[in-house]
Amino acid sequence: MQRNNKEIHTLEFVLHAQNEADTAHFAAALAQLAAPGTLLALDGDLGAGKTRFAQAFAHGLGVPGTVNSPTYTIIKEYDGGKLPFYHMDVYRLSLPEADELGLDEYFHGEGVTLVEWASIIEPILPPERLHIRLETTGPHSRKIVCRPIGQRYEAWCRQLRLRKAEEEGTAG
Amino acid sequence: MRKRQEAGKGTDMSGMATKPDYLMLAIETSCDETSVAVVKGGRQILSNIVSSQIETHRQFGGVVPEIASRKHVESITVIIEEAFKKAGVSPGDIDTVAVTQGPGLVGALLVGIVAAKSLALALDVPLIGTHHIAGHIYANQLIGDILYPALALVVSGGHTELVLIEKEGQFRIVGRTRDDAVGEAYDKVARALKFPYPGGPHVDRLAHEAQDEVVLPRSWLEPDSYDFSFSGLKSAVLAEINRSRMKGETPDFSALARGFQQSVIDVVTGKAMRAAAEFGVRQLLLCGGVAANRGLRETLTALCREANLPLLIPPHVLCTDNAAMIGAAADLKWRRSEFTSLDMKAEPGFSLEDWSVKG
Repeated sequence: MQRNNKEIHTLEFVLHAQNEADTAHFAAALAQLAAPGTLLALDGDLGAGKTRFAQAFAHGLGVPGTVNSPTYTIIKEYDGGKLPFYHMDVYRLSLPEADELGLDEYFHGEGVTLVEWASIIEPILPPERLHIRLETTGPHSRKIVCRPIGQRYEAWCRQLRLRKAEEEGTAG
Repeated sequence: MRKRQEAGKGTDMSGMATKPDYLMLAIETSCDETSVAVVKGGRQILSNIVSSQIETHRQFGGVVPEIASRKHVESITVIIEEAFKKAGVSPGDIDTVAVTQGPGLVGALLVGIVAAKSLALALDVPLIGTHHIAGHIYANQLIGDILYPALALVVSGGHTELVLIEKEGQFRIVGRTRDDAVGEAYDKVARALKFPYPGGPHVDRLAHEAQDEVVLPRSWLEPDSYDFSFSGLKSAVLAEINRSRMKGETPDFSALARGFQQSVIDVVTGKAMRAAAEFGVRQLLLCGGVAANRGLRETLTALCREANLPLLIPPHVLCTDNAAMIGAAADLKWRRSEFTSLDMKAEPGFSLEDWSVKG
């Protein structure tokens, strides 16, 4: 059990973003890894910067125009980037309500899905996904914890760790 | 098929222009509400049934938010019947059917669209796909005459936009939110202040009762921008609460509510008045669910009086999502015989500008 926990822990990718620009840069970099069916499950307290993260991710995908909060409409769809972008926010929903929305069609569609407040609907998320948790560590700094579920996202995290190590190596 | 349509009363062009008291059935299912209205002559509401406001809805165990398509499906036929009954008209009396085509949640929109198409086909009358925001704006036509050019300040849970209407039915978005809608910012701040969701109206009330004000930043963005941003203000409220707690103090929620409300109102009314002056509009229209906010209404009323600018604000029932407003907007298209074909699709990201009238 302990070994398992340790394994899960080492699969994670953690980034300490000093400011909003760092967070946005990371989100845009993640967009470069996105493929049809990619699912990012985003969590973090009110004001942690989930929508800001989604905006930077959308920008990285090349989505043109304004990407604003989908809290009221639950889902906003954007075309015009390298892949369709489905921006969801399930803040207002309960699990049974979300279950009735037929979100599967988006999850298994041609586009990339980012779900804000994803932990609310965790049981109905696809089996493979990347959980991203934004933790507020200061007025502008955030700890970003990426937890992969499934080989595809484990590979993403390996790649992110390598890239980080390279960057740190270069910097040092 | 075509022959039958030509014979239909709705597609008889000459008859339409001479029928000022035509009857329209309007349907709105873009998000949380299922609503159906019967509107006469584009201006007179004969009925305007909204799911969350009627008793019969409760027997279906209706919940808020009613975003799930199944909930709309359960409600729609009951509400259509209720709308006919209350209006005292029968389906055969209807001259046209209008429905919200977008923006909104695709599954929710589809329920209204399928119902509208079925009725239009069965009754052999024209269909009018309508823009939800045009509905909010033209809700004002149900209470008064709009003077052009007009500027609409659309403030709701899902939208915050400044729309210039140079001529009747010609929309140009001059400003929009870059992150949270104003109603959403209210509801999220309300949550931070421990009010149950949706708590926007509680913040408005608390702000009025407050003795003090915690002055919070104003997000003006670039000097010439009419866009909005409320995300930073929301964060400022949260930071202020955290700061008090760290010092072991109890945060003054009412002073925070006042500070938040003042910041929102300053920016929203400031930008609206600046745009009104720049574009030389003859009237300002306030619309959307947040138009019910007392602080906003009072400030805008005072500023418009000062600037000698006529202001229209619909009553609350016409500010929140409802079908009568969809009928009021669809009237623009009816009078120009700009009908929508029966193969119309739901448009979750429908552009308001593209929906402008052609004639």
